[in-house]
Amino acid sequence: MWKPPTVIANTTRGRTTEETRRQYMSEHEISVTVNGERHELAVEPRTLLVTALRDELGYTGANVGCETGRCGTCTVAVNGETIKSCTRLAVQTDGAEIETVEGLADDGDLTPLQESFQEHHGLQCGYCTPGMLLSADALLATNDDPTREEIREAIEGNLCRCTGYQNIVDAIEATADRLGERR
Amino acid sequence: MSDADASGDSGDDGSGAFGAAIERGEDVPLLTGSGEYTDDISRRGTTHLAIRRSDHAHARIENVDTGDAEAMDGVLAVYTGEDVVESGVPNTIPTAWDLPGLVQPQYRMLATDKVRHEGTAVAAVVAETPHVAHDALERIDVEYEPLEHVTDPVEAVERDVSPVHDEAEDNVAFDFELGDADATDEAFADADRVASVDLRQPRIIPNAMEPRAALADWDETTEKLRLWMTSQNPHLHRMLLSAGTLGLPENKIQVIAPEVGGGFGSKIYHYPDEAVTAWCSMQLGRPVKWQATRSESYLTDCHGRDHVTTGEIALDEDGTIRGVRVETHAGLGAQLSQFGTATPSYLYATVLSGQYTIPAIHCRVVGAFTNTTPVDAYRGAGRAEGIYVIERLVDVGARELGMDSVELRRHNLVAPDEFPYESAAALVYDSGEYERAMDLALEHVDYDELRERQRELRDEDRYIGIGVGNFIESAGLSPSGLAGDLGAQAGGWESSIVRFDSTGSVTVLAGTADQGQGHRTTYAQIAAEELGLSVDDIDVVEGDTDRIPQGMGTYGSRSASVGGGSIARGAREVREKARRIAAHQLETSVDDIEFEDGEFHVAGAPDRSLHIQAIAHEAYLGHDLPEGMDPGLEETNFYDPENFTYPFGTHVAVVEVDPETGEIEIERYVAVDDCGEIINPMIVEGQVHGGIAQGIGAALYEGAAYDDDGHLQTRRMDEYAVPHATQLPDFETDNTVTPSPHNPIGVKGVGESATIAATPTIVSAVVDALEPFDVDHLDMPITPESVWRAAETGGDR
Repeated sequence: MWKPPTVIANTTRGRTTEETRRQYMSEHEISVTVNGERHELAVEPRTLLVTALRDELGYTGANVGCETGRCGTCTVAVNGETIKSCTRLAVQTDGAEIETVEGLADDGDLTPLQESFQEHHGLQCGYCTPGMLLSADALLATNDDPTREEIREAIEGNLCRCTGYQNIVDAIEATADRLGERR
Repeated sequence: MSDADASGDSGDDGSGAFGAAIERGEDVPLLTGSGEYTDDISRRGTTHLAIRRSDHAHARIENVDTGDAEAMDGVLAVYTGEDVVESGVPNTIPTAWDLPGLVQPQYRMLATDKVRHEGTAVAAVVAETPHVAHDALERIDVEYEPLEHVTDPVEAVERDVSPVHDEAEDNVAFDFELGDADATDEAFADADRVASVDLRQPRIIPNAMEPRAALADWDETTEKLRLWMTSQNPHLHRMLLSAGTLGLPENKIQVIAPEVGGGFGSKIYHYPDEAVTAWCSMQLGRPVKWQATRSESYLTDCHGRDHVTTGEIALDEDGTIRGVRVETHAGLGAQLSQFGTATPSYLYATVLSGQYTIPAIHCRVVGAFTNTTPVDAYRGAGRAEGIYVIERLVDVGARELGMDSVELRRHNLVAPDEFPYESAAALVYDSGEYERAMDLALEHVDYDELRERQRELRDEDRYIGIGVGNFIESAGLSPSGLAGDLGAQAGGWESSIVRFDSTGSVTVLAGTADQGQGHRTTYAQIAAEELGLSVDDIDVVEGDTDRIPQGMGTYGSRSASVGGGSIARGAREVREKARRIAAHQLETSVDDIEFEDGEFHVAGAPDRSLHIQAIAHEAYLGHDLPEGMDPGLEETNFYDPENFTYPFGTHVAVVEVDPETGEIEIERYVAVDDCGEIINPMIVEGQVHGGIAQGIGAALYEGAAYDDDGHLQTRRMDEYAVPHATQLPDFETDNTVTPSPHNPIGVKGVGESATIAATPTIVSAVVDALEPFDVDHLDMPITPESVWRAAETGGDR
């Protein structure tokens, strides 16, 4: 049986985290408000918004699926506009109001849309779900009675490999119906 | 105990949980963003791994200069293949399925001598941040001597090319045969007619939405490795890491699969990357995280399919199928992934009888090394490719005879009284009522009326097509002994623990691992049914090898049937122990104890009763148990099924094609699936929807391509067409229920069924629409361009 090394290899090449971090990064101070909470943070110029949200601030709900703006798993709202947060640099959002999936439920109470996703089995692995919810919310904010085709178009930029989309469309349609009844 | 108690109804009244469309308990964390996928997890002092990959399809590595990268601030270490070799670890990515005469070349964690496909891992950088790690990749200087490459499985073995591996000069990894060649030749000689089809099944890139990832934390003090990773089978990964790559004892490895964002096969395998992540942590004594980019996923996640096939079908004038003969070249990629050998051989050739009585079948498969990403099981794995072939053959056979394809299918279906049915392709089908499912599907579309409408529309130069796909699936990949006879290097059983706590709650620990299938809900339903409890009383735990001692994992549509079967058997053992305690405390014989809604009571005296949760308390108190009984109330179960299960069904698609533009519109898609007993109809429907989406994706949109330099052309999401919401129709689903006679809960499984069915169904429909243009086959993906060309040229492409 092979014996694992007890001496750490290559440690002479390594440096301690914080010291080198300051040394090799040129960082910018920015402030963002995420789900109503203000944060000050230092980011490299090239840091993507999704990376800052996930790695610096701990909002891991937005996921990274492609880094090219195609899959939509990183969808968040910036100043009310739904965007793919891998297509925006964190420094570009200095001073912005950002909404992520973590901000949807109120003290653990799911929103009607979230409830509807559960009722209609609109998610399986859940990886695309945060982005889907944000895109669907954006649709429902501007169109309170969308057709199924309009719903499909609204989530066209959010890929899902598990559900075949039908139950997601059902969930969004049912939410619109439910919100319509309340009006 | 009888395993034949179907549907969780074992004579006693269950809770009614089994069969209910219960909402998923796992949804809330996923809906609120609190669910943790691998990349969401961090350890104090986590470092970041990036992997330098070859941009050559085939080249000799002359030199790897890591000096500049090592000198970068924030870089902790740069490792090459030689460093891994020098560390003395076993460094072998193993195959898990042997075949006669199989050539098994060396497959190392990092390449040392040659790179054999674009994306081969050559060097590893560990740095303080992901940015620095990726920057450092650019500073590694790799000198290559390019070699001739080959990406096509036919060319690889038929053209004189430099071999991918020296061990296989002709690039043949295996030359596999199944069935009786002589009997098949005779059947073809005797038959009235023969029809044939040449077809390709393109490479599919699985595209789980979550790219693969790993976080390794080596504890030097305990010499134990903790590895969070995107895994469909954490125990299998533990075993392969131990025996194959790292050489640590299994009890010094903990593999944790947290939330896993889809798999579809791609997260079954032991790739170099996760082993390198773990090895780097062991070298540095620091936690190391690796997160694949999407391009890395495209280059390294095992692809699916890649078949080039000639199929022939021999028929009599009355439509009787006499024989089927198939020859396939299967691309295996540059290395043998664990099940890369099983998928195009046994998982493929054995389903070539489909739903039909076919007296003679022969199949030859040449498994070819190519300078491409390794190919392994993708949703439907082997069964999808095999059913595609037989369904295309039935369609071209019907065309040859001038017979309606549904009539030809009906004429040859295995009848309900022929089960268990032993096919000429070496399987024994457990149960089926094929005609019932087919008729139900045809009824949904009103088939006869539809054919009439098709004729009328053709007079108006409008072309609708009706596609019918009949399928079976061999699911479960067990029993172990049979799998072993066929070459499997792992068991086919599944394991679980059903455990009452002393206060009456239940934990089910399952050896399978969910990637979105809803195990936590369906397993709770199974246990609740058996124990007379509510699903809310049951907690299901998966995906942690330190919490769940043994398991095989989730693949081959096996979780509900094999994993669920194990849970049902364990729960029954627990219930019977509780019954003995109840009899003892109620001072009667075990035979006089009845069980209803969680309550044990004396027959004829319902007020003399004890609830199973109260008995759990008694079992752990241990004060008053039957003579000789050990305390506690839990069971560990290993379930090794008697046979595969055989889900089946019929899908029907109605499409309209426009010969002027080539556009294809799916008017209707009807799926009738029979997956045996249904545990949760909502989840079954979800599996069918997702399966259809992937099947349609393969038929119309997807397909990986290599350019002349051996570079993957489809390496980003804007180059590979994962279907969008606007590219898929609404689906209509229905079920018949034919229980598996040998499964403890009558379940057959549903994970892969719809993918298997949808691809031939859609192709059948498009080709049917183009019948007036003399088109009898089109290869996938069927694009508007291929439709347009076929309509122009009558199929002579």
